[in-house]
Parts: sequence; C-alpha cells; structure tokens
Amino acid sequence: MAQLFHPRADAFLKIVVVGGLGLIFLLIVASVKLYNSGYYTRVGVPIEQPVPFSHQHHVSGLGIDCRYCHNTVEQADFAGMPATHTCMSCHSQIWVTSDMLKPVRASYQTDRPIHWQRVTKLPDFVFFNHGIHVQNGVACETCHGRIDEMPLTWKAHNMTMGWCLNCHRDPARYIRPRNAVFAMGWSPPGDQHTLGARLVKEYNIPVGRLTDCSTCHR
Amino acid sequence: MFWRGLEEAAGTAAFREYLEREFPRGASEWGSGLDRRQFLKLMGASMALAGLTGCVREPEEEILPYVHPTAALDPGRPLYFATAMPFGGYGRGVLVVSHMGRPTKVEGNPDHPASLGTTDPFMQASVLTLYDPERSQVIRNGEAVVTWDRFVSFMGGALRSMRARRGAGLRILTGNITSPSLLEQLGRIQAAYPEARVHAYEPAYSEEPGTPARYQFDRADVILSLDSDFVYGIPASIPYARAYMSRRLVREDRAAVNRLYVAESSPSNTGVIADHRFVVRPSQMRLFARAVANSVGGNGGVTGGLDARLQRAAEIVGRDLAAHRGSSLVVAGGRQVAEVHALARSMNEALGNVGRTVTYPSTPQGLTPSMDSLRQLVAEMAAGHVEQLVILGRNPVYDAPADLEFLKHLKRVPLRIHMGLYEDETSEHCQWHIPESHYLESWGDVRAFDGTASIIQPLIAPLYDSHTAAELCTVFLGDPARTAYEIVRAYWQERLGEESFEAAWQEALRKGVLPEQVSSTGSAETAVPVDSTAAPRDSTTRSQRGQAEAPRNGTAQEEGPGQGLEIQFKPDPTVWDGSFSSNPWLQELPKPITTLTWTNAALIAPATAEEYDVQNGDIVELAFRGRSVEAPVLVLPGQAPDTVTVHLGYGRERGGRLAAGLGFNAYALRTTDALWFGTGLQMRKTGGHIEMPVTQQHHTMEGGDQVRVGTLEEFEENPAFAQEVIGLPLVNETLYPEYSYPGYKWGMAIDLNTCIGCNACVVACQAENNIPVVGIEGVRRQREMHWIRVDAYYEGDLDEPDLYVEPVPCMHCEKAPCEVVCPVGATVHDSEGLNLMVYNRCIGTRYCSNNCPYKVRRFNFFDYTAGKPETYRMVRNPEVTVRSRGVMEKCTYCIQRIAAHKILAEEEDRRVRDGELETACQQACPTEAIVFGDLNDETSRVNRLKQSPLNYAMLGDLNTQPRTTYLARVTNPNPQLDRRKEVGSTE
Repeated sequence: MAQLFHPRADAFLKIVVVGGLGLIFLLIVASVKLYNSGYYTRVGVPIEQPVPFSHQHHVSGLGIDCRYCHNTVEQADFAGMPATHTCMSCHSQIWVTSDMLKPVRASYQTDRPIHWQRVTKLPDFVFFNHGIHVQNGVACETCHGRIDEMPLTWKAHNMTMGWCLNCHRDPARYIRPRNAVFAMGWSPPGDQHTLGARLVKEYNIPVGRLTDCSTCHR
Repeated sequence: MFWRGLEEAAGTAAFREYLEREFPRGASEWGSGLDRRQFLKLMGASMALAGLTGCVREPEEEILPYVHPTAALDPGRPLYFATAMPFGGYGRGVLVVSHMGRPTKVEGNPDHPASLGTTDPFMQASVLTLYDPERSQVIRNGEAVVTWDRFVSFMGGALRSMRARRGAGLRILTGNITSPSLLEQLGRIQAAYPEARVHAYEPAYSEEPGTPARYQFDRADVILSLDSDFVYGIPASIPYARAYMSRRLVREDRAAVNRLYVAESSPSNTGVIADHRFVVRPSQMRLFARAVANSVGGNGGVTGGLDARLQRAAEIVGRDLAAHRGSSLVVAGGRQVAEVHALARSMNEALGNVGRTVTYPSTPQGLTPSMDSLRQLVAEMAAGHVEQLVILGRNPVYDAPADLEFLKHLKRVPLRIHMGLYEDETSEHCQWHIPESHYLESWGDVRAFDGTASIIQPLIAPLYDSHTAAELCTVFLGDPARTAYEIVRAYWQERLGEESFEAAWQEALRKGVLPEQVSSTGSAETAVPVDSTAAPRDSTTRSQRGQAEAPRNGTAQEEGPGQGLEIQFKPDPTVWDGSFSSNPWLQELPKPITTLTWTNAALIAPATAEEYDVQNGDIVELAFRGRSVEAPVLVLPGQAPDTVTVHLGYGRERGGRLAAGLGFNAYALRTTDALWFGTGLQMRKTGGHIEMPVTQQHHTMEGGDQVRVGTLEEFEENPAFAQEVIGLPLVNETLYPEYSYPGYKWGMAIDLNTCIGCNACVVACQAENNIPVVGIEGVRRQREMHWIRVDAYYEGDLDEPDLYVEPVPCMHCEKAPCEVVCPVGATVHDSEGLNLMVYNRCIGTRYCSNNCPYKVRRFNFFDYTAGKPETYRMVRNPEVTVRSRGVMEKCTYCIQRIAAHKILAEEEDRRVRDGELETACQQACPTEAIVFGDLNDETSRVNRLKQSPLNYAMLGDLNTQPRTTYLARVTNPNPQLDRRKEVGSTE
C-alpha cells in the first residue's frame, strides 16, 4: 500500500504540536508577566501629578510627620489628603513665586480643589480602614514603601488580595511597636518574628479572625 | 394549627408549589421566546467578551481634597444630625446619618418623645423622598419655567390691590401645621390682610373631637380598643406602642401582663397584638360600645341589633374593665363617630381612669384641620368669593372628598398658587407651582403630639429650586429676602432669650428638642387667629355637632346588610394619604397583614368573597352614593363580613411617574358625610382579573411550628411550653465540625410578644443595606429582595382568626445548610458565627437558596441598581457593597456595623459593649422586639433573653442550630372568652 503521508509530515506534525504547546506556554508566561508588571499594576511607576510633590523632600528633607497632611490616618478609613489650605500654611511664606506651585495658589485663590492622581487604589468591594492598621502596628512603610525616598510617589506593592493575606495570615511577620509606625527605614531590634508575636499578643490582634472574608468584604 | 393564608388553609396545589419550590416556575426564564440557537450565540459572545474584561489596566482615579478644611467632615466617618420629620403636621424626632454631606439613613432620636430612639416605616423611607428624581424641580408659571424673583415681583403686583382690600378674597389652604414659626408667619399674614382666611384639612388624620386624650398604656391592666390602631400611624404611635409593650415583657413578673381587647372591622397592627380581637362591622361599633358601657355600669343606650356573640363578649369585656377600676382604659379610634368617643370618655370617667391611665392635657395647638374648614372654603370658591388661593403642601384635587367637587370650584378662582413636593393633580390646575423643600433640606420647626418643639435643620442644601412654606409667607408680608433660617432663628431668639441664645440654640440643634418650658409656652401661637370661622376645638360644640350628625350618619349606619355592603376608608399603611406614592421603598413594602405591595385592593372577608363569587385579583365595581371605581379584590381573613375596606393614597394620575397608574383612587368614593364609613355600597363582579402582588406565600416554610403561642395560664403551668419538641426528634449528632468562637459570638433574639408587625425593620434594613426595589412585576415573580420579612400567620376559623406576625431575618445557623452546598465557597461561616456571602465568588447557582429551610436568601435576577436615577445613588450606604446581577445575598447581621464597632472598641483597647452595637432592624424597632448581641458575654441582653424558657428555635428539629431564636408569644386571654381553649390548638 502506498504511503498516505509524506515522510516529512511526521516532522511537520511534531513541529506543530511542540511549537503550538510552546506558544501557549509562552502566552501564559507573557500574560502572567504582564499581569505582574509595573505596566499593569503600576508598581514602581511614578505617577504624574498636577504639582510635582516630592515626599522625599518633605519627609526626609524637612522631617514633616506623615500625619501633618494625612491627618485622619489614625481614626478613619481614609488617611486624609491635605486641603490646599494645609499646603498654603507653609507656601504662603516660602516659594511663593515658584512656577511649580502655581496650581496650589490657583486652587487657593479660586476655591477649586487640586486634582491629585490616585497612587494606591483598592477595589470598591474592599473595605479598608487605615485607623485600625495604624493602631495595631502596621507601619506606613509596610504598605507604602520608602515614601521618604520617592521624589514622585509611586505604588510600592501591588496591593492584591494575596499580598494583603501575607500579613493577615501572620501579622507577626510585619507589625512594629506603635511608636515606630510612622518611622521610615526602621528595622527590628532582633528577630522580627519574636517581636511580632509579642506585639500581636500585646495589641490583642485577633489573628484567626483576620482571614474571614468579612474582615474586608461586606 | 397556624396557617399563612387561604391557600394553605385549603391545602391547594398552588400552596404546595410555594412550599416546595424556592423560586416559582419561570422565575429565571426569559420572558420572550429565546431559541437555543440564539442563546448559544449570545453565550458564545458573552464568553469571548468576558475574557477581555481581565485585560484592562486599573482605572485612573483622582483625589480632590478640600481647599479649606472642614472641621467635622472626614471621608469615611459619618456624622449624625438631629432634626425632626413632620408627618401629618406632627414632628417625629430623628437622627440622620450623613456621609460626606449626603443624608443616607434616618434613625430615631432617643430624646424625642414621639421617637424614643426608634422609627416607623415612614421615617425610615423619608430619606428616599429627598432624592426622588420625580420631585418638582423648578418654579412654574403656566408652562413657563421662571425664577423665584420673577414670582416675587409678580406677587408684589398681585398683592398691592389685595392689601388695599384688606385681603378679602385671599385664602390659604394648608394641612395640619404645628410649626410655631410658620404659625407666627400665618398670624402675621392674617394681621396684614384681616379679611384673609387660612383653611386647614388633612385627608388621613382623624382625631377625636374635643381635647385629645393622652393615654398611659403602661399603667393600664385591661385595655379596650374601639377601632383604635394606636400602635401604628398616629402621631403618638411609637410611645404608645412602647408603653403598651412595657407590660408585655413576659419574664419573671407574670402578674404584670396586661390584657388587650380590640374591636375592629379590618385587621390592623393593634388587632395583631390583641388578646381578644372582635370582628365588629363599622355600623355595629357604636352598639358594641354601648353594650360595653352598659356592662361597665354606665348608661350606654339601647343595643338592639347587635350580634348575640358580640353582646356576650361586650358584657364580659365590660365586667373585666369594671374589675380594674383606675387601671383600665378604653380607647376610641380617631375615625370613630362622636358617639363612640363620648362613650369611651364616659366609660373612662366611670371607671375612674381619668388622671390615671388617661389624661386630657392642654397642649399648644396650631391649626385645627377639619373637613368643615375645607367645605367652607369650597363654598366660598363656589360663590366666587375667592380671588387668590394659596395651597401649601396639600393636594385637594386628588384627596378632597368627591362630593365637594374641588376641581370644578377651583377653576373659578382667578389666581391659584400651589406649593408642594411634587407636580401633582392640584398643581396641574394652578397657574403657579413652587417646589417645596423636603424636611432634610430646609430650616423650620415642628411640634410633636405632646407639644414638644424641635428645630428642623437641613442636612444638605436644597437639591432643586425649592422653598419652604415659611419662605412663601414672607412674600405676602413684603419681606421676600428673609430665608427660612432667619425666620426660624428669629422666632426662637425671642423665646430663648437674647443673652444665652446662641448656646441654647446650639443645644436645641444638637439635642433635637427644645427645652420643655420653651416648648410648651405656646402663648404666641395660640393667639394666631387662624380659620376663625371654623368651629373652635371645643369638646361641647364638637360633640354637639357629632350629635347633630348622628341621625344622618346613624340611620344609615344602623341599617342591616340588606342595604348592600359597608365601606370603610383607611389611610394606606405604606403610602399613607398619597404623600408617599412616589417612594419605591414604601411602595414595595408589604403592607402589614395583607402583605400587598405596590397597589391597593378592596379587602373583603372570605364569607363575602364566597357570596359574591370572587377571588383574589378579581376586579369588582364598587358603587357608592352615585360614584364608582373598579378595584381588585383581596380576600382577608379577619375582615368583617359584608364590609369592604379600601385604602386611600392610590390611583394617582400625577405626582411622579412611579406613583401614577398604581391601584385605584378610593378618594373618588369618599364623601363628606362618609369620610371613614358608609353603608349602601354595591359590589359587582366585572369579570376582569389581575394577579395581586402579594408576598404572603412567597417564602412559605415547611413545618408547623414557626410561631409558638401559649396562654399565660399555660405558661405558668409549663414555662417551657415553647421548647417542646415539634416535628422530628431533636438529635444533636452532626457530621459537621464544631466551631469554636474565642472572640465574639453574635446572636439575635426576637420577642414575638412585643412585635407589632409595623415593618419598620424591613425598611430600615433596606436603607442600611442598599437593598434594591424590584417593582410590581418583580414582586409578582417572587423576586423581592428584602433581607428581613414579616410573616403573618392566622389561627382559628376563617372569619375570626387570631393574627400573629413574625419577623424573619437570616437565622445564621450554626450548621447552616446553605454553606455546604455552595460549589464555589461563596457562602461562608465566619469566626464569629455569621453566615456571610462573598459576592465576588458567587456564580449564581442558587443551590444555597434551595437548601435554606427558612427561605431568607435573595437572588438578584437583574442588576436592579444600574440605570436608576443619579440622585438615588446618593442614598446608598457607602459601607455596604451594591450588589449586581446574578448574585445571591441575604441578611448579614449588619456586618458593616459590627466591623465599625469592633474597630472602635479595638482602638480603645476593649471589647464591644453590650448595647452599643445595634443592627439596623433592632435600632428601628419601636418596641425593642429585636435584640442583638454577643453570646460570649454572659450578661448581654440577648443572652438573658435566650435563657428565657420561652426561647425557641424556628424549625429547630432540623438541627440547624440557628443563631436567631424567638421568644414564644404569651397571650393573656380572658378565661370566660377563651376561644383558643375550645379550638385546642396550642399544640
């Protein structure tokens, strides 16, 4: 009986199968890479703002406390964004003619808010409260990174559910004494896990309960 | 044996279907014929597109902080403001929650006597009216939209000549007004235009003649209600319900339990809580009252024609009352004729109750609304004496008695000005319409039923170009620049004293009530010469008038059923007199007992239905005194035979797109000589039929023990009667793991003794949890979304059953049947014992709902919130997810409140205290029937209630171990009348 297929057909089939599978694999890898990339998550990507505000300058340069501007971070869901008035408490005295600060002065004069671009955002179905995190020793730095080293602000972590659960499953890995919450570049004196475990107990953190869906979703 | 409706009593196939199917047939099918091919195409396209949504980058968002910081306004922290809601003219104190400047939820004000910290459905739903997109938004002159200034300058011209004629021909028509500052304004108008007149009427409020009585229900051992629904709808219903229920807390002190007899013709909330409910036709009510009075020892009069059974009952009731001299109470309903009021009054006097359980305090009064006042106005309009008519907040074209022919005479008035929340039937025929401000966006003041004054303060700037009545008055006084704020402030500045005014004013705003001495010195108001031609509010003249009317009403009323049926008018339990027609929460709220939604009906007794061969939904023609309407029938066990009850407030033609076209207009049958009752109604079957949007059977549970009731005697014999095993024997063996709760362990107890079935909890839950409205068709398809429902149960025979109500939220079972069947883990058991939905995981299999024996789970068949008017988005609670299509949802025990209080407590390094955390339903409940708390706290109120012998678990034999349990109801029947004993149905 004559051969139905040309001898090369076998090779062709192999190439198609292997190549196809490889292509699918590459596609998956690429998707995952894209999903985790800065392009998609915006992690590490400085966000352009109407006023190029530098946390680096204000925090490490001038030593202004986080709470001077983010004044509700200890009590409310929302950390608080400074009113134009807060900016003007200094900038009515210094850099009063700076071009960079023009939008701030304009806002103050026209009574129209500055349109800041959001850097970190949680989905609407997540109910996050800053106050309780600060209260329980979750430092600014833990989630927002080295803000004091950011000339323009960027997102330090992807803030996905898996990332949140890292801490909610075992807060001892991250929490600090309350007095170090607003510190930048803090490192634990000794072993973090021993310190963390002690603080979890001291702050009455209900560890088992933190992984309930209802902790964040309701 | 308890039954939920006629279908169950008859055991029809339709009832079996309700019982066995979680969703009705076709609930999830598309209405239009969609063939398989088209379905596959659509699904394929959806699948392909679904993948794409994952490829979108996170959206960019902006943050817009304030320019100048606002001290109190922080994002994420709600604020509470005290104000007062005027309802039928009387104030009810409220605390309103404001999220970022948006009022979102109304709670009661504990310092206010008409609220006591709780609410009724109207207060709860009033916040939605604020955002109603159908409210009138612009000042209209004819067809033209004009400015306020244009109106003011027009009136300037019109009033110049009016002033010269001392106001002859100027008439103002209002509803009941108790606002001291507005009364002062009206008084000033009267002074400036001496010939002008103010007329006032209320279509739905019915007050007894003479000085209104104030009742001390907490001091009464035996109470007789003669058609008085004192726990619902009246200005003092909340404090009355609370005081009454303070004597129904069946705990250790059993002797303190009171006894309530109710005589009524149509089931009411008061009838539900009665120990004995007598079905008395309206025409027989006076005979019944006479018979009781005779038995008490007074001289009630002849009682010929009274049914023998009622005669016997009246005698026993009279003896019981007489045995409790000084601690008994006879209450006559506001709608009753003067004779019944006079009899109630004389019985209370004869029983020595005056000064003990009933008082007649003189409270500062404003306008006295009356139909006479309206009749007078119409007569003047007919005679052509009225040149300018200003209608403040009322809608007489729709709701005036039909025989006045208001519209015909209105057209004879040359200048007609209407102010109201809506462009309604009246505004259509007025040249000018001025939008009225909602109470949540205006300054003002109002008095409660007892005279307590409150300042109304706005929570938001007016959404539209609206004004208050006081502001409209300034136009007539030539001072149109004065704002409502200036008016009310100036008024109280005079009374609170100049020096300490600012502090007193701030305190009044903060507390929501003015100090008592200032409240009750009504010297300025009583001097208001309002409607001076109307009969003064004086008991002698009123009762004389009552007597004079008696022959006309009386002969008609005492005639037998040979003259046709008796008709009875009642304000609708949810949309009231029509004021809430455009409020979807109240429209969809099942009306107490009937569970009818979105429409009204001709309520008739089963016997009458049989006689006329009609069923639920059959359209009948009701002909009464030469006028007729077509109405659907609803058969209601407990309704008096040969009577028809119709609810006012439906059949609107205008007043919002939602309002128009629902139900039938009962006002079209109402005449001035039959405001509440009348005989000679003819009912005729037309052959039409509609499906009634009734929810009664929708969530029928299987098993016979949902409601447990015993008499006081049975309770004393066996305090744990409610815990006797019913159904399957209890087994505590389980295959499921035991949970441990080291932290909190939440639970709820619902006391069936104190629940009045008012539905305040249902609306409160809806407001708190962003629960959507599904519309009349949605209800017909059993898609209503309420997380808590109030079931009605009947017991006994069809014509005179006992009524029971039972609120049913999620039971939060320890061994929850819903949890184990979810294929995607979307319904989970949390570490504090709650069963919670994770909306994002839910794929809509509805297995959980099928497996729930309590039928408390609700499914979003559509995205009910999308596409709704923009303004409705403002009412949403930002603490709760707005659910979308295809997602199951249910009661969460207000998880957002639990979370907020846990965070608060944790920040203060303590546990949540008992009582500080209340669920929305609990907070709303006027009688504190719902108690929620931590079961791990030995001393918590909920724990104490659960230790009561009356505590039982609904469907406990299923071993679901529910967290929500009930306290069985203990009735206190008179042994001489105990019908329950004969039926022997307490099981």
